[in-house]
Amino acid sequence: MSGQSAAILRKKTAAPQLTKRILSWGRYPKTAHRRVHRPAWNDQLPEILSAAEPGSLLPYGLGRSYGDSCLNDRRELIDCRRLNRILGFDESTGMLRCESGVSLSDILDIFLPKGWFLPVTPGTRFVTVGGAIANDVHGKNHHCAGTFGTHVRQIGLHRSNDGLVICNSEENSDMLHATIGGLGLTGVIAWADIQLKRIAGPWIDAESIPFESLNAFLDLSGASNDRFEYTVAWLDCFAGKNPRGIFFRGNHAADRGKEVHAKRGLKLPVALPGWMLNRYSVKAFNTVYYKIHAARKGAAVVPYDSFFYPLDSIRQWNLLYGKQGFLQYQCVIPETNVEAVEEVLDRIARSGMGSFLGVLKQFGSAPTAGMLSFPRPGLTLALDFAMRGERTLRLMQSLDEIVRQSGGALYPAKDARMSPALFEASFPRWRGFVPYIDPKMSSSFWRRVTGAQGPQPL
Amino acid sequence: MKKVIILGATSGIALEVQRQLARRACELLLVARSPQRLSDLQSDLLVRGAPQVSTYSADLASIQQHAAIFEFARHTFPDFDTVLLAYGSMHDQKHSETSVDVLLEELQVNFVSATAILTLFAADLERRRTGCLAAITSVAGDRGRRSNYVYGSSKGALSLFLQGLRSRLHPAGVRVITIKPGPVQTPMTDHLPNAPHFADPQRVARDIVRALERRAPDVLYTPKIWRYIMAAVQQIPETISKRLSF
Repeated sequence: MSGQSAAILRKKTAAPQLTKRILSWGRYPKTAHRRVHRPAWNDQLPEILSAAEPGSLLPYGLGRSYGDSCLNDRRELIDCRRLNRILGFDESTGMLRCESGVSLSDILDIFLPKGWFLPVTPGTRFVTVGGAIANDVHGKNHHCAGTFGTHVRQIGLHRSNDGLVICNSEENSDMLHATIGGLGLTGVIAWADIQLKRIAGPWIDAESIPFESLNAFLDLSGASNDRFEYTVAWLDCFAGKNPRGIFFRGNHAADRGKEVHAKRGLKLPVALPGWMLNRYSVKAFNTVYYKIHAARKGAAVVPYDSFFYPLDSIRQWNLLYGKQGFLQYQCVIPETNVEAVEEVLDRIARSGMGSFLGVLKQFGSAPTAGMLSFPRPGLTLALDFAMRGERTLRLMQSLDEIVRQSGGALYPAKDARMSPALFEASFPRWRGFVPYIDPKMSSSFWRRVTGAQGPQPL
Repeated sequence: MKKVIILGATSGIALEVQRQLARRACELLLVARSPQRLSDLQSDLLVRGAPQVSTYSADLASIQQHAAIFEFARHTFPDFDTVLLAYGSMHDQKHSETSVDVLLEELQVNFVSATAILTLFAADLERRRTGCLAAITSVAGDRGRRSNYVYGSSKGALSLFLQGLRSRLHPAGVRVITIKPGPVQTPMTDHLPNAPHFADPQRVARDIVRALERRAPDVLYTPKIWRYIMAAVQQIPETISKRLSF
């Protein structure tokens, strides 16, 4: 063996093993983690936290953040999925205490038959409670219920320097405020108290209405927000300045007395070849989708899961975008700058790179629950883009400019590429959040947008 | 199956089995070391549908504590019908080659203490001529292998013990089930190199619960493919097998 290859061998064995197993939902960026802790009990967390190097850890749940906010490249993760116990439930008030790795899906399975529902739910049920708090997620009822964090009454937070900290509106309220929307950086949530909501049954009185311009959307949304608990619109982003779309609205229905059987239909087994999603196939899909819904417009009573979680019926739909993965662009734009939304849509339509998951929603004006919460009054638009390298990133950069000039913001949970300047513009209060970060915590996202490096662990 | 006693309730596989039993409205008695973990489990299983969950904190590896465990069980569940032994220990094989203490501890936990506590419960079920006794051993007990023969022999010995016990209890109508899982994703196997490819504990638990409910089989391999793999592995002649490093 030559000296050189011996040196390579030595180097190989000396480097710590990195696992490439964990990716975020967008499968971009590709990361490699040095270690993944998998605690099964809350009592194991103090040891994991105290043994870690500064800036080396990040809690991880079901990995449904799209970009790098749930990743900690070259460092370590604490996989919280085994911390999935219900610690208590008050049948009379609907107050739930559970560990952070409990999924919203679990909560629905257990509590829906008892007549309780999530106070706020995002578009997938496969997120953990810890993730829902850390990203202060929102749903179709933002205009009347605020964010998920609004309904978190109390948390127990493991901190590396001061043990288990109880946070509620009286005690450590600032730490509660920082942890909601705090991207997992303030510590590991041991348990949370969440106020569930009484409902009559698993059915939704739903209505779908086609629209053909942004103003028509605004009229519909304005007219619906008082009368409908849930509102959202699907958008054909190939239509440009005058987007067509389908407006969905609904309320919980009086009980129909039937049990809903969760149907977990298809599962995408492997990543599709990237070329299958191109401007022609996606355009065709959008046209068909619009025509079908426009033809079926009107009211119907539908099961809750098809209303809230249409995409959950295709497991691993993220593999549609092929090996390179995809990026999601979710921004919020103040209502005073509606032209900016049109401009964003126009630019996407002209680029021909849009996809079939365009979502538009009018946020309400409820005060934010967390220091770094994303939702704020305005229109929020979410779109997927298959990752096609430089040109995809360039398009998104040009959208950034519009968002910034309109006084808008981007959503960290969906982001893998925003610049530090845009983060600053989106979250001008982020420096006030820094003192609440646990010294042992960091994330790929946080290092990227703030330039915080911390000690280099490798 | 209505009243189930779980010995080693905080083990990775037991956690999933208990949830599925709770959903079937079984009453549960959980035995494990940590009172805090037991109390967390108790609240979880009650919310998930178990009508009653009792807990007893004890170290099952310590035979001196067995009498008290058994007394508590008989007192709480005089008419228990199922016992599932789910605890075990897997040290690093290299460790148990160099340290006799580690070797003996492995045998003590997986074999000696397990047979001791099963003997107490077996006598009670035999007297009442009813019920089911199940224990989790391992496919590792089907063949001595270089890479983990200490763990393997402790589990293999337990399988042999259960085989004899099954025959003894058969006339009394008491079932004895030997559960042989392949590698499963639990805290016990996290340190092994291929851990991400191991079986899902929920799936293994589903097989176990089904075996507890039905009359067959006496020996459960889970996931099922391990029945065939181990049948093949057992056929390898010793002259070849001793040269294999697996």
